[in-house]
Amino acid sequence: MRLKRKDLLGIEDLKLEEIEQILSTAESFKEVSTREIKKVPTLRGKTIINLFYEPSTRTRTSFEIAAKRMSADAVNISVSTSSVVKGETLKDTAKNIEAMRPDCIVVRHPSSGTPLMLAGYVGCSVVNAGDGAHEHPSQALLDMLTVKERKGSIAGLKIAIIGDIAHSRVARSNIYGFTRLGAEVVVAGPPTMMPAGIETLGCRATTDMDSALKGADVVMMLRIQLERQKESFFPTIREYSRVYGLDEMKLKKAKEDVIILHPGPINRGVEISSEVADGPYSLILDQVTNGVAVRMAIFYLLLGAAKEEGK
Amino acid sequence: MKKVVLDEKSIDRALSRIAHEILERNKVPERLVILGIPTRGYHLALKLRKKIEEIEGVTLPAGAVDATLYRDDLGIKKDQPPLKKMDIPIPIDGHVVIMVDDVLFTGRTVRAAMNALMDFGRPLAIQLAVLVDRGHRELPIKADYIGKNIPTSTSEDVKVHLSEIDGVTEVVIYTAEDK
Repeated sequence: MRLKRKDLLGIEDLKLEEIEQILSTAESFKEVSTREIKKVPTLRGKTIINLFYEPSTRTRTSFEIAAKRMSADAVNISVSTSSVVKGETLKDTAKNIEAMRPDCIVVRHPSSGTPLMLAGYVGCSVVNAGDGAHEHPSQALLDMLTVKERKGSIAGLKIAIIGDIAHSRVARSNIYGFTRLGAEVVVAGPPTMMPAGIETLGCRATTDMDSALKGADVVMMLRIQLERQKESFFPTIREYSRVYGLDEMKLKKAKEDVIILHPGPINRGVEISSEVADGPYSLILDQVTNGVAVRMAIFYLLLGAAKEEGK
Repeated sequence: MKKVVLDEKSIDRALSRIAHEILERNKVPERLVILGIPTRGYHLALKLRKKIEEIEGVTLPAGAVDATLYRDDLGIKKDQPPLKKMDIPIPIDGHVVIMVDDVLFTGRTVRAAMNALMDFGRPLAIQLAVLVDRGHRELPIKADYIGKNIPTSTSEDVKVHLSEIDGVTEVVIYTAEDK
């Protein structure tokens, strides 16, 4: 089967077989990163542009390393040093980048829907590296890979996603992905951070953290965006931490073989205590390792076949 | 039309002969490592290892070398070929690698597999063992050990079936009309 797509914009429109194909390809790519010579010639001559309108270390580095391990040429554009600060529109930026004939643009943007818009402007592949509060597909795929590796399969697992659901593209992509793979997803957070109608995505929603943790096979903690705290979604960080922070005490409600995920960067002592983040059930660093493999798989599947006629 | 050109018995005999030839040519079997090109070359590699074990009493390290990421038709073919297993069991520096595939045809897969192998180190030598050589080489590559030479036309298709994967062990030729 082939992934017949120009772009990877979100998990929402991925079929089950497509998710499985990306995950199994990523499993094979993990081996490359364990070699002494961590490079394969597969995407030699391809140019991949990382266009980041938001700060990012992990995701951008991960995409860059993935591209380089596939022998593609990776170029990073961050907004602070680009002509965007001189007032260029996204469309003009896109057209100018396209004129340099890249094969793929990886884009992160604070506004939901930007990658979709960009994909309409350019003929090359577009990969969404996070758009607003919409989707972050490569993060969800690496989360699914990490869970699948540890648990064998995903169908039937109970996944608890806890924190700022309203502003989290990671939560959205993971709800789509894990439910499509047959897991039961429950999201929990303070009422101010719980978007109305989130259940329509196929998950259960609660403001009671204990009920979300009860019997969970996987607990995914979301980062509290401290920079949003000025908007007063909760009274104090201490209170948030007491009610919705994950510590060893609260974790006892989950299954004994529970695993902990966090998309990073973590706020130690806010949404997650250090004992939990560094504990034996924490797979936070496995997620980072898997991120490179997933992104290599995405590049391989989007760029590794002949282009369709007329594109 | 389908024609069986090697049955299970003949395949077994051919592998026994190849095992003897490998040992005859390589006087220090401890230096050998046997790597198959997945999927069927890998299973043939395991069979060869067993034969060598029976003859010589040494168990050679065996593994798989996947050529997919080194192919020369990526970005040309319509589909992305699925990745297979890469399993290099020991550092290959200073070892003689016996590379095993089921059918030798254009030689392009072998070229790709050799490049893949070179990324893992500098073997003392690479020798190629194939169950079937069907001709039509497009690169200057030749096998060191051959189960059977089967002259074919390019319109034919040669398939090796192994019981581990296909439920039956045989080599068959399909002619164009039923491809």
